[in-house]
Amino acid sequence: MPAETIAPSGGRPALREPLWLRLSLIGGALTFLAVFLLLPLILVFVQALGHGVEAYWDALVEQDAVSAIQLTVLVAAIAVPLNLVFGVAASWCIAKFEFRGKSLLITLIDLPFSVSPVISGMVYVLLFGLNGWLGPWLIDHNIKIIFALPGLVLATVFVTFPFVARELIPLMQEQGTEEEEAAVVLGASGWQVFRRVTLPNIKWGLLYGVLLCNARAMGEFGAVSVVSGHIRGMTNTMPLHVEILYNEYNFVAAFAVASLLALLALVTLVVKSLLEWRYGDELAASARH
Amino acid sequence: MVFGLLRRGFLGVTLAAGALGCGLLTSMPAAADTTLLNVSYDPTRELYVEYNKAFAEYWKTQGGDAVRINQSHGGSGKQARSVIDGLDADIVTLALAYDIDAIAERGQINKDWQARLPQNSSPYTSTIVFLVRKGNPKGIKNWDDLAKPGVQVITPNPKTSGGARWNYLAAWGYALEKWNNDEAKAKEFLEQIFKNVPVLDTGARGSTITFTERGLGDVLLSWENEAFLSIKELGADKLEIVVPSLTILAEPPVAVVDKVVDRKGTRKVAEAYLNYLYSDAGQEIAAKNFYRPRNPAIAAKYENVFTKANLFTIDERLGGWQAAQKKHFSDGGIFDQIYQPGK
Repeated sequence: MPAETIAPSGGRPALREPLWLRLSLIGGALTFLAVFLLLPLILVFVQALGHGVEAYWDALVEQDAVSAIQLTVLVAAIAVPLNLVFGVAASWCIAKFEFRGKSLLITLIDLPFSVSPVISGMVYVLLFGLNGWLGPWLIDHNIKIIFALPGLVLATVFVTFPFVARELIPLMQEQGTEEEEAAVVLGASGWQVFRRVTLPNIKWGLLYGVLLCNARAMGEFGAVSVVSGHIRGMTNTMPLHVEILYNEYNFVAAFAVASLLALLALVTLVVKSLLEWRYGDELAASARH
Repeated sequence: MVFGLLRRGFLGVTLAAGALGCGLLTSMPAAADTTLLNVSYDPTRELYVEYNKAFAEYWKTQGGDAVRINQSHGGSGKQARSVIDGLDADIVTLALAYDIDAIAERGQINKDWQARLPQNSSPYTSTIVFLVRKGNPKGIKNWDDLAKPGVQVITPNPKTSGGARWNYLAAWGYALEKWNNDEAKAKEFLEQIFKNVPVLDTGARGSTITFTERGLGDVLLSWENEAFLSIKELGADKLEIVVPSLTILAEPPVAVVDKVVDRKGTRKVAEAYLNYLYSDAGQEIAAKNFYRPRNPAIAAKYENVFTKANLFTIDERLGGWQAAQKKHFSDGGIFDQIYQPGK
């Protein structure tokens, strides 16, 4: 058995490819990552800071940019907690109980992943638009849904719906129901079981799902674009504002706002890594149960 | 212990999110006394930024309330669609009459809208020109050069973009002139041109960015104002304008959306907003943003800016927008017959 290969005890060598092949594969993968992930990211910041820090800052405190940032945060602040509740409820239901139509429910939860975001926006226009099913009633009662905040929230909730649930379902299924059954035998109520047994087991998975959900909620373009109406300073979220600025030849400002979105992605990544580093044991432990 | 933290943390986050939400709502810029929404097409962004400021000042001197005008821009057809779907536009300033007709058909604008303001409700005009790279390396002089093999033509999608429809009809008008109204020949000519189109963006600005920033194509079919603007933004050392021997007089119209202004009670200020476009100040702003002013005095002042072009109108040569739209751009129309991507 060659000395440099790592072999499971008694099995065949796990790696017996020649060194040059391994190096070129690793090199290829790293180059690919650098060119297609790292370079664009750096380019965003280079472009944003191309005219100095002052121009960068001016672009971010400009009135329309500020309202785009506020709107994006507001939409995420509504959509993410909603999806947290939906996601936990749905995965609790699916992982801990047996019922008819379960696979249908799972399919429905996955639906937003398979549907193009543009379609997700379009269905709300068809439903709540002036010529939609509910449009005439809404206008009579002076309720605005699409081309206003509620439409943006709805579209975002729809698109980000699977993130929390998809993170939790496998985790909860793997954990099984023994602990909950034990709690019930000991006389715990349903709420107590959830709060004292299930939630502690899933908390890091949940946080992870929320992080991903938030990143997507703030970055979503397609669905939001359809229901936004693109009114500057009013219904433009950050991604839409980036497009508008770019289309107005205002490249520094476009990349300045884009850099905020890139920062958001980086923060998400760092927090996720921190979680895994700090609570890795617990994550692994909860997964083993 | 950690769970306790999480629980408190979770509660905290929810509360913070709620508080943040409320805070943001209240910290939104204080609403002006009156707010108008101008839903417009792609290239007018810069024009209306300047015009809105001027109008707000003018309206104050007339004893009106403080007025804030919001803008929304996109492909003309798409914008009309949004208004039809309930985007609360007080005013529409679109690329062509047909798109406002489409809104009028659904009853949101009175059918007689085009007669309510002078000059077919088009306070400014433009035309279709070619934008080529500096030095015109492919030697593009006229429409015939667009049909030559090896020339890449950039134009937006006529289904969604008003500018693209003007582009298309300008080429059609030229072809009819050249072959004495032989439509079969004209169709063949347009087919040749669209074979040279590698990508159709949804709006005029998207196409301009494709041509100028992404560096795609040899010639951009463009609104004259859009061509001037990109030269202004990107420098005369990179691009130049070619005016073909015959092109179209584009009349982008404006209208008040009756249903919306009556519901919001903004009719008076919305009508004043459109009328002010015809004033000397309004015409001057249009000219400065490279739209051809209607007012002869202002037009004379900007004579050296705009090339004298040989122009035809859609009414005299193509029987008006309704007819042209139906014949060329409806489903299965001539555009659908000639444009088959991948062939």
